Amino acid sequence: MSFLDAPRVVTSRFEYEDSHTLSRFVSTGGYDGLRQALTMTPEEVAAQVDASGIIGRGGAGFPTGRKWSMLRPAPVRYLVINGDESEPATFKDHALITRDPNQLVEGALIAAYAVQATQVFLYVRGEFALGLERVQAALNDAYRQGAVGRDIFGSGFSVDAIVHPGAGAYICGDETALLESLEGKRGFPRVKPPYYPAVTGLYGEPTIVNNVETVSSLPWIINNGGAAFAAMGAPTSTGTRVFALAGDVMRPGNYEIELSKPTFRDLIFAPELGGGLRPGRSLKAIVPGGTSAFWIGPDRLDLHLDQKAVADAGTMLGSGSVVVMDDTQCMVRAAWRISRFYHRESCGQCTPCREGSGWVENILRRIEAGSGHEDDLDVLLDVCDNISPEVSWPSKWPPQQTTICPLGPSIPPAIVSSIGMFRDEYMVHIKDGGCPFD
Amino acid sequence: MPRLAGPNLERAKETIGLYPQARSALVPLCHLAQEQDGWLTPEAIEHIAELLGLTPVEVLGTASFYDMLHTDPVGRNLVGICTNIACLLAGAYELMEHAEETLGISAGGTTTDGQFTLEELECAAFCDKAPCVLVNYRFFGPVDNAGFDQIVDDVRAGRLAEDIPSHGTLSRVRREGGLQVPADEVATQRAAADAAKRERGAR
Repeated sequence: MSFLDAPRVVTSRFEYEDSHTLSRFVSTGGYDGLRQALTMTPEEVAAQVDASGIIGRGGAGFPTGRKWSMLRPAPVRYLVINGDESEPATFKDHALITRDPNQLVEGALIAAYAVQATQVFLYVRGEFALGLERVQAALNDAYRQGAVGRDIFGSGFSVDAIVHPGAGAYICGDETALLESLEGKRGFPRVKPPYYPAVTGLYGEPTIVNNVETVSSLPWIINNGGAAFAAMGAPTSTGTRVFALAGDVMRPGNYEIELSKPTFRDLIFAPELGGGLRPGRSLKAIVPGGTSAFWIGPDRLDLHLDQKAVADAGTMLGSGSVVVMDDTQCMVRAAWRISRFYHRESCGQCTPCREGSGWVENILRRIEAGSGHEDDLDVLLDVCDNISPEVSWPSKWPPQQTTICPLGPSIPPAIVSSIGMFRDEYMVHIKDGGCPFD
Repeated sequence: MPRLAGPNLERAKETIGLYPQARSALVPLCHLAQEQDGWLTPEAIEHIAELLGLTPVEVLGTASFYDMLHTDPVGRNLVGICTNIACLLAGAYELMEHAEETLGISAGGTTTDGQFTLEELECAAFCDKAPCVLVNYRFFGPVDNAGFDQIVDDVRAGRLAEDIPSHGTLSRVRREGGLQVPADEVATQRAAADAAKRERGAR
């Protein structure tokens, strides 16, 4: 069986134009997972999720079952769904939110039952206006169907859910920043310890924060059993995953495929998936897992899409984003734009991130504009080392952190990778006083 | 005048009632004020503070953190072009140059007729349709120069009015009703569930 034949766990309705409607949802097994879960005990539901081996799909890669098991017993506990997808070139949660909002609501309610949440918050990125409308419509429908609110499907279990809009801040994707934001504050990541919202979360109460794709997988896991999910992929990366493929490929898009078995080459070149590069172009570099990841070159195309394999190769599968860059692209410009992003989005609490992001952006801008100095590359690498000690090329995963949250160590990868792989290109910019791609 | 008024005041009070703590309604209320006025006026900030039991500076301090909340007036239509990595590779800066020429303003500026504010955006998660353009957070992509001019013309002529509400309106779908289950009822249920779990554990 090819990895292409694996069942679609979260994108099964994407083939329908009306995938977001209640009628399509209920005619294709909608709420079956929730109904099934409600016939089980909460521990049984959690045990299935644990058995599935699913790793959180937000980017940090924490096992969902383990996260749930860490919940501090308390009379009040919250479930927060993280729909604040903002990692550059990641667009799978956006698609899941707009194209199958009912599945998201169903999955959130399964999770709410498993952890016995007292209230559910569906935090949706503010820019997703259509997504906000569709999740609210799905939730309104769920109330009408008796799938949320008092005595869900006659099970005796009651819980309310609300949709909460974000307002534009990348950092709010960090779970503790998201909780601050949900409390009506600036999105400042919280100082650790306490390390886990499962112990001290929203309003100080135990809180589970789960990603959109993670909870969207729950209906399938409950309907088919955790073992069926774990049978896909490999023990190091079970199930399927939605890869958001972007950049210089013929067919950019969201592709749900089995984890671990396929390689980057399969994802980028298979005719059913990326369809390869444009005619006459050659592959220069790949940004796997979001812009916070170290890049890989054409020599790593046969690396498997497996969390452990990619970490062993010195980078991360992260958010499931994969950006392909071909030989017409300037790597200095790419590294500059990524650095500019972190500069704009740094919350400003920690000096290495707040100051470092600005310095590296300015130096990269200067090099791209043709005013770079020969020692700029050493300065760049030195600043990167101050943000994330011992960061180097070839890269090691995970990077070290000097800041409250991982935004700091997300700054160096693009810079260290581009200098490591394309030092000559930097030198041409500096020696010729301009960008050779202009 | 731009305090939250009429039905918007009712909506504000309902929204506050959805959260265990009033302050959580701060961002939703700021969105509501922008829906009413197009931006976050000082009067609205004062009113939101009043409703939440905060000081105006606490509201401003939070609001100023978020890119979507505008404490200065913006155009009726917020046109955003993403220039982050996927859009960059697809020519977003070239599109931005064209947009600046078409609208006669640079990024961050507003046209003299108050119709358009042009913004350079971070990744909007529409990367398979790069480069993408957002008008009041309604998505278009991939957009080329001619496509951009078409969007601007259509918005100017009111041809997209049905799909694109003026700046500030995010969701046109309203929550129907408040919370169904009072907190003490949930607490009783959870206590019973915890007891049952302990019993299962003991067996």
